[in-house]
Amino acid sequence: MSWLADNFSALLYLISAVMFIFGLKRLGRVRTARGGNQVAASAMLLAIVATLLDLEIVDYRWIVGGMVLGGLVGAVAATKVAMTAMPEMVAIFNGFGGAASVLVALAVVWQEVIEREVVGAPLEVLGGTAAVTIGLSILIGAVTLSGSLIAYLKLQGKLKRGQPIMLPGRHLINLALGLGALVFAAQFVGASAAGEAQTSTLSLAGLSLALGILLVIPIGGADMPVVVSLLNSYSGMAASATGFVLGNNLLIISGALVGASGLILTQIMCVAMNRSLLNVLVGGFGETDSGGGGGADEYTSVKSCGAEEAAMMLETAESCIIVPGYGLAVAQAQHIVREMADLLIGRGTKVTYAIHPVAGRMPGHMNVLLAEADVPYEQLVEMDAINPEFKTTDVVIVLGANDVVNPAAIDDKASPIYGMPILNAHEARSVFVVKRSLSPGYAGIKNGLFELDNTTMIFGDAKKVIQAVANELKELS
Amino acid sequence: MDPLLIGIYVLVLASFVGFEVITKVPPTLHTPLMSGANAISGITIVGALATATTANPTLSNILGGAAVFFATINVVGGFMVTDRMLKMFGRKK
Repeated sequence: MSWLADNFSALLYLISAVMFIFGLKRLGRVRTARGGNQVAASAMLLAIVATLLDLEIVDYRWIVGGMVLGGLVGAVAATKVAMTAMPEMVAIFNGFGGAASVLVALAVVWQEVIEREVVGAPLEVLGGTAAVTIGLSILIGAVTLSGSLIAYLKLQGKLKRGQPIMLPGRHLINLALGLGALVFAAQFVGASAAGEAQTSTLSLAGLSLALGILLVIPIGGADMPVVVSLLNSYSGMAASATGFVLGNNLLIISGALVGASGLILTQIMCVAMNRSLLNVLVGGFGETDSGGGGGADEYTSVKSCGAEEAAMMLETAESCIIVPGYGLAVAQAQHIVREMADLLIGRGTKVTYAIHPVAGRMPGHMNVLLAEADVPYEQLVEMDAINPEFKTTDVVIVLGANDVVNPAAIDDKASPIYGMPILNAHEARSVFVVKRSLSPGYAGIKNGLFELDNTTMIFGDAKKVIQAVANELKELS
Repeated sequence: MDPLLIGIYVLVLASFVGFEVITKVPPTLHTPLMSGANAISGITIVGALATATTANPTLSNILGGAAVFFATINVVGGFMVTDRMLKMFGRKK
């Protein structure tokens, strides 16, 4: 029986790992997703209980304090956050995951090496695996932490309004920081005194934090779906690295699962923009004037109208596709859009929403917003499924989207977005584009859609415009 | 076998399981998947608990306690906000 007692927590960890896998699998289907999340949460609870049972603890103060405070902050944040702020929330949580990995690695260094004032290399004290992976854990964790904080600020529009920040010689600086981090990690492994271990780990943490900042600042706001997915993956890798430090397979497995899911989402986002991951990470997209700038002067034959005309068109339409973009989230127009859609559906119009994979600031952003407004998910149609429909659609309303409906991606080989899969809104019988002005989208290029004969611009805030359209529709009925 | 090698076996195999399990997720679930996965990465709490255990508040305990704090935000906030989103998806009129 002593074998069972010795390995009891490891067995519980195994059950927990299996539950994480089942939970993630169920999270991938709409019907089972909520249950899947609950399975994963139970797996976490089991892992925590197993750990607490296993600890030979004299004093619970730090644990209880940390868990009560952290639980309160987490619960309040999760309950209060607006659905429009979900990208920021996910970004900052990724950062907290990274922070935990750095802190655990540092705590191990202090507990095992510095506070015991051991003489001898950490390599001998901790064992080779732990000594090497402590550096890795600090590096990945700190990059995740500071990178996520920058992403959070960018998503909030606080950092140069989310625009790319390009330092001169930034690739060299990054290379120097990366190499410096590796040097300190190596110095820690070979350190012969506690003091040396202390300075090398702290220097490593500092350089890694700086690296995380510099890696994310050149990346522009609309590339954030890629960055947030990638940081999500990093937070998993950081957990795995911590698993190596502690010799804990549950951490390695869970971290690997998260790392894989983050990489898959990153890949989906890159494909949806027809850009390589490297191209996104190098940053500065839309800063160059290769596409010819853009702006109101560029346009020659733009028609515009008011809400009334749009409502009249919609009144007789048999089908309508709504194309939402980031502008919808900024204007918080999701509720009024649903109201307008309900009026149309009440009149017998078929209404669907065309969702481009990178619309918004994180993977699935539009789906979350529209779900908050009670739009049934059957009405949300993916790009490939809806593209053949545009040809036979009476009215398309483009709401705060720009580059994802730019026909230049199909027919202008010189365009920086050439080859990017787009929604074929231009093929519809008539297109209304709700936009504040003719200013270019994220790619910084002119949108030929705005000049087409079948396109009419409605200038104004998405929420106010749609409100006006809805009012007109009510009067007509 | 070297424990490091065992760890690498586990890492590689778990990564493959992750790729197999998660491919073909509908875009509707991209955000909940990401926030759910994020909550799972809070598993670091298991490591954090082990470093925050002794009676004297040494620096390592303070670091460990801070790790417990951040990891708990990640876990509690992550799972709760994912549930909140998924509840919306399941809502029928």
